[in-house]
Amino acid sequence: MPKLIPVPDSLSKPFWDAVNQRRLALQHCAQCDRLQYPPQQACQVCNSPAGLTWKEVEGRGHIATYIVIEDGRLNRRMPDQPYNLAMVTLDADPRVNFYSNLPGTPPYKAPVGAAVEVTFEEVAPDQLIHEWRVVA
Amino acid sequence: MTAPDRYQWRRDKDGLGVWEHRGKVAVAGVGHSPVDRRWDGVSMDKTLGAYSILACRKAMDEAGVSPEQIEGVICCDSHIAGGSGGSASQWAPRPYFAPPYDSEWGLTLVNAQWLIEEMRLRNVKFAPTGVPTISEMVGMAAQAVGDGLCHTCLVIYPTGNLEGRYRRGGENADDYARGARQWTAPWGNHGGNDFINIFPHGQYCLKYGGKHDDLAPFVVNQHRNGLLTPWGYNATHQVPQLTTEDYVNSRYILNPLRLWDCDRPVNASAAYLFTTTERARDMRQSPVYVLNHSQHNFRKRSTQEDLDEIEDWTDRAAKRMYEGAGLGPKDVDIFNPYDGYAPMAQFFLEGFQWHGVKRGDAFAFYAGDIRVEGPHPFCSSGGNLGNGRTRTAMYTDSIEQLRRTAGARQVRVRAETALAAFTTPSSGGWIMFGKSPG
Repeated sequence: MPKLIPVPDSLSKPFWDAVNQRRLALQHCAQCDRLQYPPQQACQVCNSPAGLTWKEVEGRGHIATYIVIEDGRLNRRMPDQPYNLAMVTLDADPRVNFYSNLPGTPPYKAPVGAAVEVTFEEVAPDQLIHEWRVVA
Repeated sequence: MTAPDRYQWRRDKDGLGVWEHRGKVAVAGVGHSPVDRRWDGVSMDKTLGAYSILACRKAMDEAGVSPEQIEGVICCDSHIAGGSGGSASQWAPRPYFAPPYDSEWGLTLVNAQWLIEEMRLRNVKFAPTGVPTISEMVGMAAQAVGDGLCHTCLVIYPTGNLEGRYRRGGENADDYARGARQWTAPWGNHGGNDFINIFPHGQYCLKYGGKHDDLAPFVVNQHRNGLLTPWGYNATHQVPQLTTEDYVNSRYILNPLRLWDCDRPVNASAAYLFTTTERARDMRQSPVYVLNHSQHNFRKRSTQEDLDEIEDWTDRAAKRMYEGAGLGPKDVDIFNPYDGYAPMAQFFLEGFQWHGVKRGDAFAFYAGDIRVEGPHPFCSSGGNLGNGRTRTAMYTDSIEQLRRTAGARQVRVRAETALAAFTTPSSGGWIMFGKSPG
């Protein structure tokens, strides 16, 4: 079913451009050696934009916890209910996390603690989003 | 009649020390309108404007203050079901009524300027615009009175609820996710305090043991306290007492978040009268003193705040508040944290270590005696869960407990200090009241 379509802006365009090429690229601060997601104008640690670059990361993570949306407020997602919404931590830096509907995992059946890998899903022509699939 | 530019009123940093106006500011009046589910669209005596005027008059009457004595008006102009995702965005324009209801102002929107004109408050010299919600308004009022920007100040918090399902309009009806929502909405997070807390709550259950429905005793007790609150929605609408069975059988919203973990949106207004301790001595009510106010606005590291962050933030908020009030956990008699979604109260309870509750102990604490008659009268207000989404019960109850006018909710334990908040773990504010200024 249709998901909401992200609208890239000047800050997020490099991220979405990478996603549309089926790559996961996050901001990285060279001064602090920290990844950050979602993208921001400056490094969250040193507060400087100077060291920020885009760095491709390995799309591997783990499910920290999850909920099942049974009565959400987003019109476009109503037909999907109930659906999983997991919080996925990135293996490369568990302080970075993502949302995922865990495609392929039935609602209520998300294995907390399980390994996941990134996948990409089309939400509109020429627009992918990053999703996470449980590693078999 | 505005605030000075860039007025620095917040106490939102670590290590600020004891508040310079500790005990020099008081609350001398409280007023509540009736609490309705919605405005019916026709009754002019039940608009958000009419209810706000009524609440102000009650607060002024309680203190024995005339309109000429009001020098400050602080009113939040964001009324919960507002433009960001709310049905309000689809409400106006529409046919209006005779003045003063010839625009949206007064019907479903209220601000300081509208109130000043309608109530003919001629001596107001402090009426800031763009003020935040009740969590920060009370701090702003306390600081403004302490700083001498005004001596007698009304704080008004209107909460509207329009027709249609709550927050199903606006950007929640959009097919696109813009701005910060591009990182959340595609996957189903519509934004809000429910999402802020439900994931850390899941981590909490994993880390400390326990299950979601261990919240039942707390939620049931909130409803009980609500039924003991004469002005609240539950008490005035004969809502039956919630039972544990009702709770554990209620439907899920964001599983495991249940229907009864959520508050009921309402149409209501409340007002508080802040003044100097000196002036309060001559007013009708025994004053309740402000011992500190503090704010916080913590930035999450990534998409979703996690348990570690929430625990760190609530620890820091507690430290700020205690430091500024010159008090510690053992000194707080009444504790009224925000409960707009049930799974957040445990973070505040443990962060502030009220009655010695440490990290991971909240569910066991809830299973004990938390009734107002008992030794641990947690959230004696009934909060939002027990009274409707007014976001003001925590403040009113705290004041009434110290005055010993809480009626059936009056606690049996000592009631000389009270801590109240409408806040999320990430942003908002706290206020400490004292029965005495020292």
